[in-house]
Amino acid sequence: MKTVVCVKQVPDSETKVVIPEGGLWIDDSNVNYVLNPYDEYAVEEALRIQEKLGGEIIIVSAGPGRAATAIRNALAMGANSGVHIKDDNLRMGLSVAKILAEAIKPLEPDLILLGKQAIDDDNLQVGPMIAELLNLPSVSVVSKLEITENGGTAERDIEGGKEVMEFSLPAVITAQKGLNEPRYASLKGIMMAKKKPMVEKQASDIPGGITITKMEYPPKRQEGKTFKNGVEAVPEVVRLLREEAKAI
Amino acid sequence: MSDYAAFFIEIRDGKIRNVSYETATVARNLAKESGLIPIGIAVGSGFSTDLDIFGKYGIPEVVAVDHAGFSDYSPEAYTAAVVDFIKKYNPSFFIMSASAMGKDLSPRIAARLDTELISDIIDIKLVDGKIEAVKPVFAGKARITISTNSPIQFVTLRPKVFLPSEDSATSCTVTASDFDPSSVEVRARIKEVIKGTSGKVDLTEADIIVSGGRGLQDTKNFDILEKLAEAVGGVVGASRAVVDAGWRPHADQVGQTGKTVTPGLYIAIGISGAIQHLAGMSSSKCIVAVNKDPDAPIFTIADYGIVGDLFEIVPALTEEFNKVIR
Ligand SMILES: Cc1cc2nc3c(=O)[nH]c(=O)nc-3n(C[C@H](O)[C@H](O)[C@H](O)COP(=O)(O)OP(=O)(O)OC[C@H]3O[C@@H](n4cnc5c(N)ncnc54)[C@H](O)[C@@H]3O)c2cc1C
Ligand SMILES: Nc1ncnc2c1ncn2[C@@H]1O[C@H](COP(=O)(O)O)[C@@H](O)[C@H]1O
Repeated sequence: MKTVVCVKQVPDSETKVVIPEGGLWIDDSNVNYVLNPYDEYAVEEALRIQEKLGGEIIIVSAGPGRAATAIRNALAMGANSGVHIKDDNLRMGLSVAKILAEAIKPLEPDLILLGKQAIDDDNLQVGPMIAELLNLPSVSVVSKLEITENGGTAERDIEGGKEVMEFSLPAVITAQKGLNEPRYASLKGIMMAKKKPMVEKQASDIPGGITITKMEYPPKRQEGKTFKNGVEAVPEVVRLLREEAKAI
Repeated sequence: MSDYAAFFIEIRDGKIRNVSYETATVARNLAKESGLIPIGIAVGSGFSTDLDIFGKYGIPEVVAVDHAGFSDYSPEAYTAAVVDFIKKYNPSFFIMSASAMGKDLSPRIAARLDTELISDIIDIKLVDGKIEAVKPVFAGKARITISTNSPIQFVTLRPKVFLPSEDSATSCTVTASDFDPSSVEVRARIKEVIKGTSGKVDLTEADIIVSGGRGLQDTKNFDILEKLAEAVGGVVGASRAVVDAGWRPHADQVGQTGKTVTPGLYIAIGISGAIQHLAGMSSSKCIVAVNKDPDAPIFTIADYGIVGDLFEIVPALTEEFNKVIR
């Protein structure tokens, strides 16, 4: 089984978002970059499949110089090699999918795993787009996966239930929380990751198709009322919910 | 120049899903503003007779791809059917919901058409005939305004943000499409659909959510939340701490790695209000928090906060709601 896992480096989920005056993206001077949490599930799943079926795991990431660290993180978890597509443009959506698909195609993987979503752009686009660009079947937002030599089944979350999908390989799967519990990289893994092969390429000149014209904070919520008198406040709160907020 | 502003009608189990009236409303408003005709596309099996209901929303035409081959969702077959429609009608706008199906299908359609997609938007306007859409990023800690130059302006709407509104009724013609799914190679198909245990409304569609956190102390204490939810007509959600402890299923989790919800009323019980939890619920219209810690961050976004012991307050709330509601 040859598996490609696409990983993105993103600001960690604790990041305090600071938007510079007139800026179109966050000020990243104090940002701690991590491997996108959903991509960790994807890497972990690839490792478990490898433990069962053998084969190799190639990590692919597009991004600026610092993105190499995210690839090393995945290698430290146990993946075999990395491809770093160097790209300093802020991208999301179709142009990312095109860059990744171009890099993945010659690798001829049996399986392509991604996170369901990058927690910076929250786009949920790249996985199914890559499937389409490479003309492969896909299952997205997967919380349970079973892979055999030539196919698999996957459970995906839908409103009020789950769809169990059957698919043939090669296929594209995007990972949801619940798929597994990602392992921590061991010290040995971290040491070994430094020596694992990493190919660097320059991103091809695919223009980004979207324009960000403004970035802003969400509107502040109106100041609320906090009652310190515990259970005695209940009738008043229920009255306010009814009469003031008209929420019930 | 195209004549149409198109929207996707979501069918599950032969029924129209409510998000379809949200996409219809947005497409109709865009059509009005730009002098186009709103048109719907529905893909499924055994449903077309219901589609004339879109007349109430001011939609004069709906194209129905109704074929046994579409009885179950399949990304490949549905993509082919929608792309066939788009190629025939060449709409200027295409509006879908960021529902489970929409999130899966929209990127495939966009890639097949080589068009950009703006997903999960919460606001939309037209500037020189192009969509400018607002979408949350960084789990709602910021929002960006985006536009694209794609010939088809393609967006998905965050569910429950754009409320459906009826319009001067027209009669709605249902046009049967001759698209035949047997021509499509389907390599991923549904084997089985597992319905949620309780058959309850999904959190993303609920108007009232009562969520419990680690403060509940044990899975069995969620009984009191179920009762509270029943009293207000809501469904129960949970924090990640609770899901990770195995007290509630993952489908109940609200937050950055769970569901993003926008109910009219969100009641947070024994939840501290970590930034990743707030990410999933802070755009709820009204927020109530119950926590014994007066400094719990949840109080910073609550409209009404009660400081105290949830084991006293929850039963009292249930009783009061039972008194006041009907
Ligand atoms: C990458 C990442 C993603 C995450 N995603 C999510 C997510 O999607 N959703 C999510 O919820 N979290 C998420 N988290 C976890 C988040 O950081 C918090 O750990 C979690 O939300 C805490 O859950 P809690 O509020 O139930 O528990 P706690 O933080 O332990 O809070 C329990 C609260 O209950 C109160 N309490 C206790 N007893 C009582 C009582 N008797 N009466 C009244 N109040 C009482 C306490 O004062 C406390 O405030 C994520 C974390 C990371 C790192
Ligand atoms: N620049 C990138 N490099 C590698 N993988 C990416 C990149 N951007 C997105 N992905 C993958 O696509 C998934 C979905 O991203 P998005 O569509 O941006 O939400 C992520 O979880 C990653 O697995």
